[in-house]
Amino acid sequence: MAWLNIFSKDKKEKLDKGLEKSKEGFLAKMSRAVAGKDTVDEEVLDDLEEVLVTSDVGVETTLKVIKRIEERVARDKYVGTSELKRILREEIAALLDDKEENKSSKFTIPKVDGPYVIMVVGVNGVGKTTTIGKLANQFKLQGLKVVIGAADTFRAAAVDQIKIWGERTGVPVISQGMGADPASVAFDTVESARASGADVVIIDTAGRLHNKINLMNELSKIKNVMKKVLPNAPHDVMLVIDGSTGQNAFEQAKAFTEATEVSSLAVTKLDGTAKGGVVIGVSDQFSIPVRYIGVGEGIEDLQVFNKKEFVDSLFG
Amino acid sequence: MFNRLQEKLEKSFQTLKGQGSITEINVAQTMKEIRRALLDADVNYKIAKEFTNTVKEKALGANVLTAISPGQLLTKITHGELAKLMGETVEELDTKGNPAIILMAGLQGSGKTTHAGKLAHFLKTKKGKTPLLVAADVYRPAAIDQLHVLGEQIGVAVYSNREEKDPVIIAKEGIAFAKSNGMNLVIVDTAGRLAVDEKMMTEIAAIKNTIKPNETLFVVDAMTGQDAVNTAKEFNDRLDFDGVILTKLDGDSRGGAALSIRQVVDKPIKFIGTGEKMEALDVFYPSRMADRILGMGDVVSLVERVQDQFDEEEARKLQKKIAKNQFNFDDFLTQIKQIQKMGNVKDLMGMLPGMGKALKDVEIGDDAFKHIEAIISSMTPKERLKPEIIDGSRKKRIAKGSGREVNEVNQLMKQFTDTKKMMKMMNNKSAMAGLMKQFGGMPGMPGMGK
Ligand SMILES: Nc1nc2c(ncn2[C@@H]2O[C@H](COP(=O)(O)OP(=O)(O)OP(=O)(O)O)[C@@H](O)[C@H]2O)c(=O)[nH]1
Ligand SMILES: [Mg+2]
Repeated sequence: MAWLNIFSKDKKEKLDKGLEKSKEGFLAKMSRAVAGKDTVDEEVLDDLEEVLVTSDVGVETTLKVIKRIEERVARDKYVGTSELKRILREEIAALLDDKEENKSSKFTIPKVDGPYVIMVVGVNGVGKTTTIGKLANQFKLQGLKVVIGAADTFRAAAVDQIKIWGERTGVPVISQGMGADPASVAFDTVESARASGADVVIIDTAGRLHNKINLMNELSKIKNVMKKVLPNAPHDVMLVIDGSTGQNAFEQAKAFTEATEVSSLAVTKLDGTAKGGVVIGVSDQFSIPVRYIGVGEGIEDLQVFNKKEFVDSLFG
Repeated sequence: MFNRLQEKLEKSFQTLKGQGSITEINVAQTMKEIRRALLDADVNYKIAKEFTNTVKEKALGANVLTAISPGQLLTKITHGELAKLMGETVEELDTKGNPAIILMAGLQGSGKTTHAGKLAHFLKTKKGKTPLLVAADVYRPAAIDQLHVLGEQIGVAVYSNREEKDPVIIAKEGIAFAKSNGMNLVIVDTAGRLAVDEKMMTEIAAIKNTIKPNETLFVVDAMTGQDAVNTAKEFNDRLDFDGVILTKLDGDSRGGAALSIRQVVDKPIKFIGTGEKMEALDVFYPSRMADRILGMGDVVSLVERVQDQFDEEEARKLQKKIAKNQFNFDDFLTQIKQIQKMGNVKDLMGMLPGMGKALKDVEIGDDAFKHIEAIISSMTPKERLKPEIIDGSRKKRIAKGSGREVNEVNQLMKQFTDTKKMMKMMNNKSAMAGLMKQFGGMPGMPGMGK
């Protein structure tokens, strides 16, 4: 038995070493430079700055993180790499809004009167429709009855696109075709979902740049019209942000929040080399939790956001 | 001309006043500000660093003349360097050959399909080409339908083959189709792909090697952050592309990715996308992009867009009328329609230095125009020709007929008189700007009307 224990400990250390090595560079360098000290030297902070800025965290948020790290080191002193990683993780995670704790790998729809309505918004091409397809699939697998509203009636072939996702997931799509009034589609969808006793409604909307006033007004209208059926709808307005977006994500969050009171974020395309670091500052500044990440084009490629993994990936 | 960066630079340079030249010490803070501005604009970290070093070299020892403030001087050097890096000249598209072939490539959601359509429209209307669009995105749901819809909108044929799953074969078939149908330009739309997706990158390389396009264009979203360098480099390594289309510039991103891409792959940006409409494609001007990255307004671009939409014939007629003091509500309406054609006015005015912010709170939607149109169409032909006959009771009738308030009619009357006055004072092209100013309700527009 003892023999087994020793073996597994050895093995574990090896694993740790392997992991450490893959996160080479920054962390190793940084811990060497700071171990046992109560200040972090300039060069290390420069490196930290580089890691964060090149992950799109942005200058302001990066300075915030650096300040936190400095204060923390002045207070606690460093002991080693694992310690440092923890500190970094904690300090960055502290910026990510956690009105809700996503401890589980599943997001559970809160109980509401009538169907739970999610309205999905974002700029052009970020992955709204795809995310909706993936979401519908997840909810369906949870045994929920889902209805999708095809309220992007503007972009060429948008209705066809969401209908294909409806077929893939076996979820009904309420549509009035292209060119229809999107608010009317949303209204119809919620009404028919309520009538049929559905659990979840997901509304797809046309991508729009957040500086177009008319289009943003249209979005407010879509949002408000649903209240005529269900006073609390939509229960969630999800802003989809492309993981490769830079600092403009702040402007997006601001404008979409003004128009629709965004209540959650989904970050897509994190299967590429982009890190999506801008959501740290966005989540911090607007107090909106990140709920999902998109990691591919397949129906399964949607994960519930996990702070720890996300922060680690910045240094990976 | 006034802008945020320059403002900051002025501040950080206050200590310098009275000194004769820029030195290592007084330049440090300024370089930090410039670097920060670049990073806020999403210029890549390393490139921003290199860039500020270059600017510093140039700036050191430069004489601060009394006529020009150090901040201005620094801005000038920065802007000049940036514009230089963006490329000196405007690069044309190669459309020689029969058919000429253009291949679109890029990440998911960057705007390839839309820009395939816009390019086809542009080359058809401005260069007299007969284009064919080829739908080689076999992956994204309804991507083929999307291209068909766009093709129909612009009156351009679209080749697709829903049975075929290999985009290389579809591309080849498309070119053969063009040849046998006398089309002299083929634009191949492809699926979006990530640079790390080995299989998909091999596929696009195979498409390129098979069809040997005149132009392979890398389509990239102007809102892209730091990752722009990785993606551009990877696509360039695989495709050795010929140029870049920078999309969604009608947004408010500063577009620093443009600089990063230019630096990393040294390929020209050939076009920019400025809206969802098929007409919203512009030629890329390096110096304007430099303005934008640094947070300066794009005055030249605005003036040109105004000119572009301005019908010369109409202009001459208008000039005569103004001279004879015969400008009436019908002319006013024509003018408004022309402004509408130019796209969202706020977008346009947002291009002016210092205006962007001020404009954020001003609403000038299509609604404003609709109301004005409604009021004018409630006027009798006589009232339109001779606005001076519009008295109180006529105003009431007009208000009622258009479903607007009397004070809105009054407001419009005032705007009309002011516009008329202003137009008399200015020459024609800037008359348009004057009119825009009226609707923006904005104080002076720098750089216009001169
Ligand atoms: N690699 C990757 N691609 C994604 C992801 N999410 C979406 N996409 C792709 O991004 C492209 C655009 O996605 P859509 O879902 O059509 O985006 P949208 O926001 O609905 O676009 P519009 O309605 O046109 O504004 C498609 O090619 C998707 O397959 C992701 O997490 N990873
Ligand atoms: Mg969509």
